[in-house]
Amino acid sequence: MSAPVLALDNVSIRYPSAPAAAVRNVSFEVGTGETLGIVGESGSGKSTLAAAMMGLLPRGSCVTGSLRFEGRDLFGQMTERDLRQLRGRDIATIAQDPFTALNPVMKIGRQLDIFQHWYHDRPRAERKARILEMLEQVRLSDPDVRMQQYPHQLSGGILQRVSIAAALLAEPKLLIADEPTTALDATTEAQILGIMAEAKETLRGATVFITHDMSVVERLCDRIAVLYAGELVETGTVAEVLGNPQHPYTKALLECDPARIEEPTSELPTIGGTVPALDDRPAGCIFEPRCPSAVARCRAEAPLRHDLGPRRSAACHLVTP
Amino acid sequence: MTTYLLRRFALGLCVLIVSMLLLFVLIYAVPGDPAAIALGPRASEAQKAFFREQMGLDQPLAMQAASFLWNLLHGDFGTDILSQRPVADLVFAALPRTVTLAVVGVIWAAAIGTPLGIWAALRPNTFIDWLIGVISTSVVALPAFLMAIYALILFAVMLNWFPAIGAGEPGDLLDQLHHLALPAFAIGVAWVGYIARLVRVSMLETLAQPHVRTYRSFGVSDLRIALRYVLPIAVVPVISVLGVGIGNLLSGAVLVEVVFSRPGLGSLAYDAVLSRNFPVLLGAVVVTTGLYVLANFLADALIAYLDPRLAEKG
Ligand SMILES: Nc1ncnc2c1ncn2[C@@H]1O[C@H](COP(=O)(O)OP(=O)(O)OP(=O)(O)O)[C@@H](O)[C@H]1O
Ligand code: SF4
Ligand SMILES: [Mg+2]
Repeated sequence: MSAPVLALDNVSIRYPSAPAAAVRNVSFEVGTGETLGIVGESGSGKSTLAAAMMGLLPRGSCVTGSLRFEGRDLFGQMTERDLRQLRGRDIATIAQDPFTALNPVMKIGRQLDIFQHWYHDRPRAERKARILEMLEQVRLSDPDVRMQQYPHQLSGGILQRVSIAAALLAEPKLLIADEPTTALDATTEAQILGIMAEAKETLRGATVFITHDMSVVERLCDRIAVLYAGELVETGTVAEVLGNPQHPYTKALLECDPARIEEPTSELPTIGGTVPALDDRPAGCIFEPRCPSAVARCRAEAPLRHDLGPRRSAACHLVTP
Repeated sequence: MTTYLLRRFALGLCVLIVSMLLLFVLIYAVPGDPAAIALGPRASEAQKAFFREQMGLDQPLAMQAASFLWNLLHGDFGTDILSQRPVADLVFAALPRTVTLAVVGVIWAAAIGTPLGIWAALRPNTFIDWLIGVISTSVVALPAFLMAIYALILFAVMLNWFPAIGAGEPGDLLDQLHHLALPAFAIGVAWVGYIARLVRVSMLETLAQPHVRTYRSFGVSDLRIALRYVLPIAVVPVISVLGVGIGNLLSGAVLVEVVFSRPGLGSLAYDAVLSRNFPVLLGAVVVTTGLYVLANFLADALIAYLDPRLAEKG
């Protein structure tokens, strides 16, 4: 593999005035042409990581470790202005909630043109043609009509297609999608995932896809990073991790995935207990209070990351290389 | 959009008619005999009776009100008891001066208050935000007539920079502007603070909306986001509050006109009150109410233009 598009090395992130870091010692890489799925329960730090990759953490957040985009450390060497110049051109994002992501009082066409502001040296007609082309690529019917409409006149599925088109118009080297389908119904979700799968193919760079749905990872991603309470518990290729999960949390997530349950039951299995609060993290393994395989050592000592092969690791005392 | 505006317009008309009737009843309930006032203490009973009949004062109140409304519709505002001139002439001669005063007062206040509000919203909870907050809160409570008196004493009497009374020579624009400066200043001061505070709150609220983050995630600069995309949304609630506040502004203008002996609807109404010149008083108030309703309608139209969602809801 050539140099990774995005490389995180021991990244910890603490919000201003938060009692503890929301993300701790996370390391992974995404290469050109790859799609990384980040999974984890609510509050595990997925959106925090996404914000960090965009350089959009709240002012006063504390980041340690290194987060490199094309070799440049976003938090070491770059100014606010440098970061801004990456956004909308080299790095683009698709938001979670299409209903609130767009300006409510501006027509879709004008918004899409504003999002292309880095390309405003191109003639207006060319920009408009690109917008139309992109709206067709995300399979939007009547793109001409849509461009003249306001967000409140459109459905969630259409709005999310618009958001995808907006991100693709940036021609990014890194595309970040933070749960782009959670606000949508199941049918629309399936359509949007299909469009995402196609869209990825046209990209020249890497994609980070955040979700809590293992079947989405299986469908769209090459690699996976499993987060639990701000820590990376397991990472590797989708085939390896889903085919042969090593960490008890990954196993539990897979057991709860409705798509993997063979006999339909009325109740979905869930992982017992809840994610510990930021200021109430256990001293030993962070998953210990909920872990079905916990041993005495887990309570006292946090497990290190064990390498299980190239770019494959798990953080659990029971895992041995 | 069109139905929305039509509906707003109809609402404005209703407000106008109801307030006309209310005013009419209120003014004629005031004690004092207009006939005695108009004709002087030496008039005989017969003369007064003739006058009442001529003015329709001997009719039942409901009849008077109905014919008053009917006449208004035809542009007939009645006759000045003292000078026997048509009230419409007096009122429409005074109207442009008051409108100019109010509009210039609001415009300069908005021109200062809006940037202050934006500045404070872009640096929330900093020293500059605090300073702007202190200044705007302390001027909000200043009554326009008090500002007028202080401005008059300081800038006209002591420093002699501006003329103290009148509205300037007709036809001499510079002279008129010179006369306008102090009254417009007095009217606008409180509004600077009011607008700054409204704009700050509204900007902060809009800046917190998720779509603002979308602009940031596309690398649009913060200043551009604030001025080009957030401000047009943030001014919507400010405009509707201002539309309603025009009533306050007009009543401020009345007193300011009196302080500066400036001809206008305010001085007209003031003199009419002192002399119980009911037709003139009523005419002045009718036109002022009309201005108020018109200002509200314009505010609604501007809002409908800025926020298409409102217009659709109707
Ligand atoms: N702006 C913020 N300031 C302080 N703490 C925050 C902020 N945003 C998130 N957090 C905290 O950081 C932790 C991680 O949140 P994050 O939003 O990254 O989780 P997530 O994995 O995206 O969850 P979800 O699936 O609900 O989107 C949580 O404990 C959250 O409360
Ligand atoms: S280290 Fe222990 S508690 Fe943690 S996941 Fe592994 S077995 Fe469970
Ligand atoms: Mg999230």
